[in-house]
Amino acid sequence: MSNQEKHWEKSRGLLMITLAIWFIFSIGIFLFGAEMNEVTGPFGYPWTYWFTCQGSLGAFVILIFWFANRQEKIDEEFGFSEREDE
Amino acid sequence: MKQGNFIDNLPKIYGIYTGGFIGFIIIMAIAEQMGMTAKAIGIAFVAFTVFIYALIGYLSRTAQADAYYVAGRQVPTVFNGMATAADWMSGASFVAMAGGIYFKGYGYMALLVGWTGGYVLVASLLAPYLRKFGCYTVPDFIGTRYGGNLARFSAVVVLTVASFTYVTAQINATGTIASVALDIPFQYAVYIGLISILLCSMLGGMRGVTWTQVAQYIVLIIAYLLPVFWISNKMGAGFFPHFMLADEVARIGELESQFGFVKNSAADLATVPKGLAGITKAHSAVNATPWAFISLALAMMMGTASLPHVMMRYFTTPSVKAARKSVGWSLFFIFLLYSSAPMLATLSKLSLIDPNLSTGIIGKSIAEVQAIDWYQNWNQANLMFISDFNGNGTVELNEFFMGGKAVVLATPEIAGLPYVISGLVAAGGMAAAMSTADGLILAIANAISHDVYYKIIDPKAETAKRLVVARVLLVVIGFAGATIAAMEIQGILGSVIWAFDFAMSGLFFPLVLGVWWKRANRQGAIAGMLGGLAAGTWYLVWVRTGGSGFLGITQLTFGIFGSAVSLVAMVVVSLMTQEPDKATQKMVDEVRVPSGKTILGKQ
Repeated sequence: MSNQEKHWEKSRGLLMITLAIWFIFSIGIFLFGAEMNEVTGPFGYPWTYWFTCQGSLGAFVILIFWFANRQEKIDEEFGFSEREDE
Repeated sequence: MKQGNFIDNLPKIYGIYTGGFIGFIIIMAIAEQMGMTAKAIGIAFVAFTVFIYALIGYLSRTAQADAYYVAGRQVPTVFNGMATAADWMSGASFVAMAGGIYFKGYGYMALLVGWTGGYVLVASLLAPYLRKFGCYTVPDFIGTRYGGNLARFSAVVVLTVASFTYVTAQINATGTIASVALDIPFQYAVYIGLISILLCSMLGGMRGVTWTQVAQYIVLIIAYLLPVFWISNKMGAGFFPHFMLADEVARIGELESQFGFVKNSAADLATVPKGLAGITKAHSAVNATPWAFISLALAMMMGTASLPHVMMRYFTTPSVKAARKSVGWSLFFIFLLYSSAPMLATLSKLSLIDPNLSTGIIGKSIAEVQAIDWYQNWNQANLMFISDFNGNGTVELNEFFMGGKAVVLATPEIAGLPYVISGLVAAGGMAAAMSTADGLILAIANAISHDVYYKIIDPKAETAKRLVVARVLLVVIGFAGATIAAMEIQGILGSVIWAFDFAMSGLFFPLVLGVWWKRANRQGAIAGMLGGLAAGTWYLVWVRTGGSGFLGITQLTFGIFGSAVSLVAMVVVSLMTQEPDKATQKMVDEVRVPSGKTILGKQ
């Protein structure tokens, strides 16, 4: 397998993990919205309510930065990161 | 303006700007104490901020295609994040979102999740790859990846339908705010709004829009957060509302069960002015089925990843790496406002319905409420209404009606904040609507000038001529949008949501598969774009004209049907026709690695 194919395979793996986490926070938890809202969550808000106000939103912000850092590492590993002079 | 120096000095320039704006707020506050009228303060806020934007637009004027279309590709990560956040947060986000949460609770909050979660898709599936591609517009990517004028043109069609639906709502919002703040009729205010919008974008194109959007973000975020914190502190609800409103949320639930949601008769409701609503849904309880919530969130997420005016902001970063990080910053800046909207809705609702608070009106006598100053003001503005349906002389929960905009616009006044805050909020709403309208008009005009005029009609056109065409189109599209906005067909939020559905119907899969599926070819992409757009439009028309719909897909989520048709059409047609040639496959390989020259830069 060429260097580029390996790079793409790893990038695709990272995409799958990213989309899985995205799925949990955007869709997964809301499948159980009614049940989860019975439980008190962070700062005393009901859990589901908190996720719609802050939790999921914040998780997305962190997820994107995490993804960006991981992808940069993958690019570096295979020598595909951008040089400053380009 | 020297670009190199200018970029290095950005933090300083915007730091001074922010300080200046805060100074302006303080001056207005002092002027109010000295007897400046509410109307004069409103005019001063809107006029002063619009003047600053116009000045930035003028200073950013350019005659270079690279600067006009992609701001010279040198916008730093964090500033691009701010610009995207302003580009993204429309008049609807600013003025109507807290109101939607106030009235509809959980079911509506799917929009919060959808309008943020979409950025994960932008960052991971599209933005960095499109940046590597080096295109000027979204149809530029489609046209080069799939080849051929028909593919390019189809993308322009989808882009125009989606963005134009969106832009009328934004011009409408600038008109609404300008008409309230400047006290002129809406039909004229719309054109004043339009001229302000064009001042930012005409001379500098993307460069002008970028630097005004950063300025507009600073205004709108101050205008949104300051009242939320102030009201929370004034009510004694907590100095940092986001972490401290659990008791207030619980108290609203208590009051809801105490009052109950009494259903009004149709005859009673007919007496309520159009556009006003009462509280009929639980505040924090789950009041929608999982599918209703998830389908709306999903439609908004896929729509986010297909809207060209957002995508093109990531063409302006200096590198692929910066494009990815920039998406994170965009969402961070959006998060600041979106996480505050539910807090504002909570504070607003509690201050109105809790009989224990001095501002509460439920349980008071009708005559007493009708004598309150702010009630009279907002009743006159057609945003508030009470009526004694059961004839017992006191206001009940089901007898109080309010417009969605009133939550943001009226709460500061209800809570007893000085008028300077209301002026600030008007300036913030104006900034939010203007920045989005600018991004949208530019997206449409650039697509038509670059993709239709330059790439299809006259590939030999000189830069100067191309930029003249781009500017003429900008004005034409702006006026078309304003004319339709002046007719007031659909409410602000309705048409915003439709835009997402149109965009996802036609563009989501052709864009994503263009990067992630090498086998996707021209015929498939054309089938996907046109098939998806046609299917989505058909579904919308069908449901609007009395169709029952299926699978719980409503007129707000028709993009789910449209994009499903688009995916099937694209895959089936691609597989039935020849695979893309070697050169195209090699191009896709190159898009997938960040290093090296951009694809279009090589040609």
